[in-house]
Amino acid sequence: MKLELRGITKRFGALTANDHIDLTIEPGEIHCLLGENGAGKSTLMNVLYGLYKAEEGEILLDDVVQHFAGPGDAMAAGIGMVHQHFMLIPVFTVAENVMLGHEKTNAAGVLDLGAAREKVREISERFGFHVDPDALVDDLPVGVQQRVEIIKALSRDAKVLVFDEPTAVLTPQETDELMTIMRQLKAAGTSIVFITHKLREVREVADRITVIRLGKVVGEASPTATNAELASLMVGRAVELTVHKDPAQPGADAFVVSNLSVIDPHGQLVVNNVSFDVRAGEILAIAGVQGNGQTELTEAIMGLQPRVRGDITLDGRSIRGLSVKQVLASGIGFVPEDRKEDGLVGEFTIAENLMLDRSDGPPFVKAGTLQLNYLNEFAEQKSKEFDVRSQGITTPVGRLSGGNQQKVVLARELSRDLRLFMAAQPTRGIDVGSIEFVHKRIVATRDAGIPVIVVSTELDEVVALADRIAVMYRGTIVGIVPGDTPRDVLGLMMAGEVPDSVTSPPEGAAA
Amino acid sequence: MNAERPIVDENVSRTELKTAVADAPLQHNHPDSLPAALETTVVKSWKAPIAFGIFSIIAILLFVVFGREGTSGFRLSTDSDFFQIPTIQAPTRATDIVLTVLLVALAAYSAFLVSRSRPVRLWVTVVFAVLFLVGFLTWASAGATIPVPGLLVGAVGLSVPLVFGALGGVISERVGVVNVAIEGQLLAGAFVSAIVASVTGQPVLGLLSAMAAGVLVSFVLAAFSIKYFVDQVIVGVVLNVLVTGLTSFLYSQVLSKNTELLNNSGTIRLPRLPIPGLSEIPILGPVLFRQTIIVYILYVAVAVVFFALFKTRWGLRLRAVGEHPQAADTVGINVARTRFWNVSLAGAIAGLGGAYFTMGSVGSFNKEMTAGAGFIALAAVIFGRWDPIRATLAALLFGFASNLQSVLSIIGSPVPSEFMLMLPYLVTIFAVAGVVGRVRGPAASGKPYIKS
Repeated sequence: MKLELRGITKRFGALTANDHIDLTIEPGEIHCLLGENGAGKSTLMNVLYGLYKAEEGEILLDDVVQHFAGPGDAMAAGIGMVHQHFMLIPVFTVAENVMLGHEKTNAAGVLDLGAAREKVREISERFGFHVDPDALVDDLPVGVQQRVEIIKALSRDAKVLVFDEPTAVLTPQETDELMTIMRQLKAAGTSIVFITHKLREVREVADRITVIRLGKVVGEASPTATNAELASLMVGRAVELTVHKDPAQPGADAFVVSNLSVIDPHGQLVVNNVSFDVRAGEILAIAGVQGNGQTELTEAIMGLQPRVRGDITLDGRSIRGLSVKQVLASGIGFVPEDRKEDGLVGEFTIAENLMLDRSDGPPFVKAGTLQLNYLNEFAEQKSKEFDVRSQGITTPVGRLSGGNQQKVVLARELSRDLRLFMAAQPTRGIDVGSIEFVHKRIVATRDAGIPVIVVSTELDEVVALADRIAVMYRGTIVGIVPGDTPRDVLGLMMAGEVPDSVTSPPEGAAA
Repeated sequence: MNAERPIVDENVSRTELKTAVADAPLQHNHPDSLPAALETTVVKSWKAPIAFGIFSIIAILLFVVFGREGTSGFRLSTDSDFFQIPTIQAPTRATDIVLTVLLVALAAYSAFLVSRSRPVRLWVTVVFAVLFLVGFLTWASAGATIPVPGLLVGAVGLSVPLVFGALGGVISERVGVVNVAIEGQLLAGAFVSAIVASVTGQPVLGLLSAMAAGVLVSFVLAAFSIKYFVDQVIVGVVLNVLVTGLTSFLYSQVLSKNTELLNNSGTIRLPRLPIPGLSEIPILGPVLFRQTIIVYILYVAVAVVFFALFKTRWGLRLRAVGEHPQAADTVGINVARTRFWNVSLAGAIAGLGGAYFTMGSVGSFNKEMTAGAGFIALAAVIFGRWDPIRATLAALLFGFASNLQSVLSIIGSPVPSEFMLMLPYLVTIFAVAGVVGRVRGPAASGKPYIKS
């Protein structure tokens, strides 16, 4: 089926997310939509899928203008979507999720689960998915959940399949498998729209590439274009693709975690007997696919997890069991992975956010009163130093772009005297310019002799920053390897395997 | 370590990756072959043994140290049963000592389990609770006789509106709207059904009008919470106050001035309809099968709601909307419409429960006659973990606690009646706070679904 978008314009208040976008997807092609975070790719696809109403423009399928009142109409017309955040009900089984919305029932109105199971099995077999129709979605690994999403779309005979940032949650191996699936689908005649900001994946599978920047189509590219060409098209200027960093000058062991376990409310060991150390002046990256215990590990270090076993020492002093305030006071700076949820108060101004964790005494508070003059001076200075672009320090941080929000978090955490700096997903969802800035500051922190932990699911970021890499898988550390370990080895480790080439890590840091 | 590493350029490593994967001796595990659950550990929780211990000490003090002499009677039959079961006569003190020993043994057993890192199963708690209850009844009825069928009949009677309210709560919360307005729906149902039944003399119209009244209250809740995204709890609380105020005002200004026409218990009260045969089974018969039509509707309602919620398209879509509205939206389910009509349905069910107050039991409307039943029903929803059957059992438990209090005060128990009045609420608090602990309700319950 041929899909055509003509002059699609979508505005959110003053923001124009899509500005007269034209796009044509030929039958049986894999069409990549490349663009930075916030360029308007997902908005465009949500318009196509009937989730958003466009202000202007039209959608044509096989040259017939379509009017989608909602996703139901789009699906009936043959458009399927694999969402970035899976649209699956976690407490339902695979079969229930697949049948939802177009359920077959018997005469008495009772669900025909048998038919749904059969459908799941049939599609699974066609593409070699190995999905159990009776498994609860919540219990499935994300890679399999994604397949359930694909099955869901295919069970409604989708002719055009949209993949919205599908690789964000996958291991490199799972990504390769997804690419294979895409090629299979293409061979079966399905048109595919593949949304991503990762250049490697684009060049791997795309037949054609359309680049979007700030809500506009800025050009088409062929899959043979170089990374530098694609990157500059995407960002709008030449991009520095590398992080400059001198060799690390590691000092003594500063931060030691030994036999740390975190137990969740169900008694599961979400972090399972983890040991590692970070020396002063080095960056330890904690790699791994989302949801393998990294979040709980950072929370345990910060004193945010209630059930923790094992020991955590900073400069020889145990910090396990301390309150969050005491942990902060001991000199740990922390950039949480979800800045909107845990890092900032969206309704507060930049200045107020910069003093959030220092409200209990001088210099910001004296005799219970905010020292506004000092705060403003401080905020002005930090805004300049960290290049926070805003209309002023009284702007609520909720109105800033992701990159500028992250700079505010970074400014707050790095302006205390630190003994350890820990950043979780420091560049998630921010623009390339801000990524460069954040990376520079992290390296600068290391060079100041502070031990640094970077938790990241992006292999690119891990490889760019790390002096040593600890790979987490299902709550354990698979191994700790040098920063120049090849990607394929890291990829295998992220899937839980210890390749032969990885000797057991030194200093008893194995899990 | 080298000074520069590429962020994006992966030409080289890409090709390396391919060969490396192909040559890797250990093939990458397929995700499905992995066990989904993580390794688990047992966190020793001394909550159960400590609670059992406290109750054992209470038992020792109450039943043994301050034990009462005499004989406790339990009458099990009514006069109209098939056959008569003789009344059980038990020596109070001896029985209680035996029960106390059992309680202490159970507490010790649970402590033993926890010290061995083994879980304390539910049956231990249930057996403990039942033994304690029997012990307490024996102690309280020294020198008197407890009419067991009467105790249970009353318990069912008090439970009926709670069960209806809880069913309404389950449906509403499962679809994603917190229904704090159950109290208002019950009261509106009670009020309207009394007037309609009294004026028309048609019980069917009375029941239908009760449902309509519940739906009206639900419409307000649904409109404000679904269309205008007002906080659902606030709307619910306001609705309760509104319905209470409105019915009290109309009661004193209109109903009480024309009782004969508008609030006539002679025409309002429904007759009991004993089911031939079944109603003559000892204990079960009088409790379950000598009831009014509302109670029989209740049996059907519980079964239908349970079945429909988990086995039909309606139930699947309802639960999907309450768990993950956006996912439901992306498969073409109209979230707002699903929520609106199911909240209305919940109101109809709760309204029917309200009719029981007037048509099923008292026979006439009184100011604020629901007396917090809606909130107890809400507690039953949570205690029952948003499951119709469990919520029904929870409602029965609360009803039993309420009726126990009145039966004991009638036979003259030594416990001050003020203290006994607290019993149902104490049971509610302990049940919801202690036994339930952390439970997961419908994920999107209480959250408005805002589409851009």
